[in-house]
Formats: sequence, C-alpha cells, structure tokens
Amino acid sequence: MWKWLHPYAKAERAYQLCNTLLPYFAVVAVLGILVGWVWGLAFAPADYQQKDSYRIIFIHVPSAIWSMGAYSSMAIAALVALVWQIRNAQLAVIAIAPVGAAMTVIALLTGAAWGKPMWGAWWVWDARLTSELILLFLYLGVMSLYHAFEDKRAGGKAASILALVGVVNLPIIHFSVEWWNTLHQGATITKFDTSAIDPSMFWPLMINILGFAGFLGAVTLIRLKTEILKSEQHRPWVKALAGGK
Amino acid sequence: MNPRRKKRLLTIIALLFGLSSAVALTLYALQENINLFYTPSELINGKGPELEKPSVGQKLRIGGMVVPGSVKRDENSLFVEFKLIDSGPMVTIRYKGILPDLFREGQGIVAQGTLIESDVIEAFEVLAKHDEEYMPEEVAEAVKGIKHQKPTYNNNGY
Repeated sequence: MWKWLHPYAKAERAYQLCNTLLPYFAVVAVLGILVGWVWGLAFAPADYQQKDSYRIIFIHVPSAIWSMGAYSSMAIAALVALVWQIRNAQLAVIAIAPVGAAMTVIALLTGAAWGKPMWGAWWVWDARLTSELILLFLYLGVMSLYHAFEDKRAGGKAASILALVGVVNLPIIHFSVEWWNTLHQGATITKFDTSAIDPSMFWPLMINILGFAGFLGAVTLIRLKTEILKSEQHRPWVKALAGGK
Repeated sequence: MNPRRKKRLLTIIALLFGLSSAVALTLYALQENINLFYTPSELINGKGPELEKPSVGQKLRIGGMVVPGSVKRDENSLFVEFKLIDSGPMVTIRYKGILPDLFREGQGIVAQGTLIESDVIEAFEVLAKHDEEYMPEEVAEAVKGIKHQKPTYNNNGY
C-alpha cells in the first residue's frame, strides 16, 4: 500500500520531487500573499470595534496558524525519521524548523503590535501568549540540538525526539483560550459560527492563510534541497549536478 | 512492519502518552493559577472548591464587563471610577491613567491592581479585552443593533 513512497527514501528521487513541487508552492505563495494583502489591507471593510487596526489579522492569524502547522509537519517528519530511520525525513525536520520559528516570531511580533493599541499592552503573560512563546523556544531547541552534535545523524535523532515531545504544546496553544481566562480572545475561524467573522473579511483572510502555506512550503522545499545536497555532496549524482553538466 | 520498527514506534507512543499525561496532570493541578484574572463573582464569593477569597492588600487581576452607566470621571485629572460585573455581584475599580482606546461601557476589560476593600480595587493598569467577532459597522448595526459612537460619560460627583 505504501510501496509508491519507497523510491522517495532515496536522496536523488526526493531531490527531484522537491524540484517538481517547488513551482506550485511558489505560485500559490506569491499569488496568495499578493491578492490577500491587497484585498485585506486596502479593500476589506473596517471592523465595527477596532476600525482599521484589526487589519493586522491578515498577517497575524496566517503566521500563527502556520507556526503550529509547521510544527505538526516537523513532528510527523521526526516520527518517520525515528521509527523508519529514513535520512530524508531527518533532513526535513531541520529544513522546517527555522521556517516555523520565523512564523512564530512573526506571530508574536504582530500580536504585540496589535495588542498595544487594542488591549493597552505589548505583552501579557496569559496562557495563549505564553504557550506560543514556548513554541518558539521548542523550535530554537530543535535547531540548536541538531547543530550541537558533531555527528549529524546523532544530532538529527536528538532533534527529532525533542520535536516529537514538543507536540504536547500544540493542543495547549489551541485550547488555551477555552481552558483558562485569557486576555487573548477566543478562536474565530474554528468557531464555525457564521457571525464570528463577516464574509467580506473571511475570504481575504483565507487567501492569506493559503498564501502563507505556499510560502512555508516553498521555503521549506528550498531548504530541504540544500540539506539533501549537503548530506550527499560526495555522491556522483550531486557531482554531476554541480560540475559535470 | 518489522519488529524493530514496531518496538521503536511503541516506545515513542509510550513516551508521548506518559509525557502528555504528566503535562495534563500538572496543568490540571495548576488550573486556577494559570487563569489570568479573577472574575467579580469569584472575588466576592470566593473561587475554587474551597471558596478561597483574596485578602485585602493582595495584588491581583480582575476581568469583567464595565457596567453601563457606572463610569465616573474626574474633570480635572485622569482619575476614573467604574464598576465591573460578570454574572453576579459588582466590583468597583479606581484608576488614574490613560484608558485603552477600546475602553467603553459594556466592554470587557482586565484590570491589575491592589484590593483595598473586599470589593474595591485600586488599579495601576487597565487592559481592554475584545471579542473574536469581526464585522463591518453596517453589519454590526444590523446584526447586533450596535450603533458605534464614542460613549458619553456622566460626570456627576467628581
């Protein structure tokens, strides 16, 4: 049933797959972010309560969603790397980590910029903000653990274990606004309530989320390609790719 | 699946299961302490199974809705006094400083300060809480019957 996946455990095939997928992700990223930002920032109506300040939602929410999405993908790659001992999956873990960390930083910074005018504070130690900060530390931990080892395979293993263990934080981030009293408001999109966000704001937000997904995928693929080439640099196919055209 | 992979998979599942139950138990034990604020009824009636009440002089955060008509401003300074409510009793907040833009009657806020009487808090920080609903003004007017304009305050007393 999973036989079709097996060829991609080979570095060369995985590299080719990255090349095939990259243009699609890049197009989705450029179009999605361009259309989403112009629509969201210029044409979507102002909010009844927050007026124009709410527009930072078009950057904050996609980056926050994909900071968690990237973490889930990283954890899945880590699971595959640990159980099936597939080298490419280990490379995927380290390819995703900095991109996810960047998404988390964007979410935290835009959140602070949004919090100051609306709440009256840059930062509050409420459960949502704190758990998102912990997510950033998990990413940084995965990255530094990987680089702390001389032997990249051992480093990859240690980083994968940390990535898996950190999964516990994901439901905490998502449900923090329901389990505890927080300053951060509850979930909007997953509320499945037609009145939570007006369609005129919902659609540009969705396009932005799609665009950010494309961006995350494209940057990860580029990084994965580099990691594959680095780990395979002495193989004939890489040498052929680099010099012997 | 070969036995070695199976063993590794089971080890990881066991590790994750153990870890998540440990975290769940920790969070459950800390439940009350992770809450950012007291609600007015928790402050008056006590909170948790033991109905613990904060003592006078304690620093705390309180969150609730600003009672419409309760906001009194001093005309000569930034001093403001208002009442907070959730579902039960009301609590009075005294504050001297600049209020956030979203502060208005009927708005949810979180104040941080010292409990000076059993139901009076002298705040040094007032934060506005907003809900998770976003809509244009016309829709808000139609759906919620909210007509948004800067609220007027009653200046009696101070």
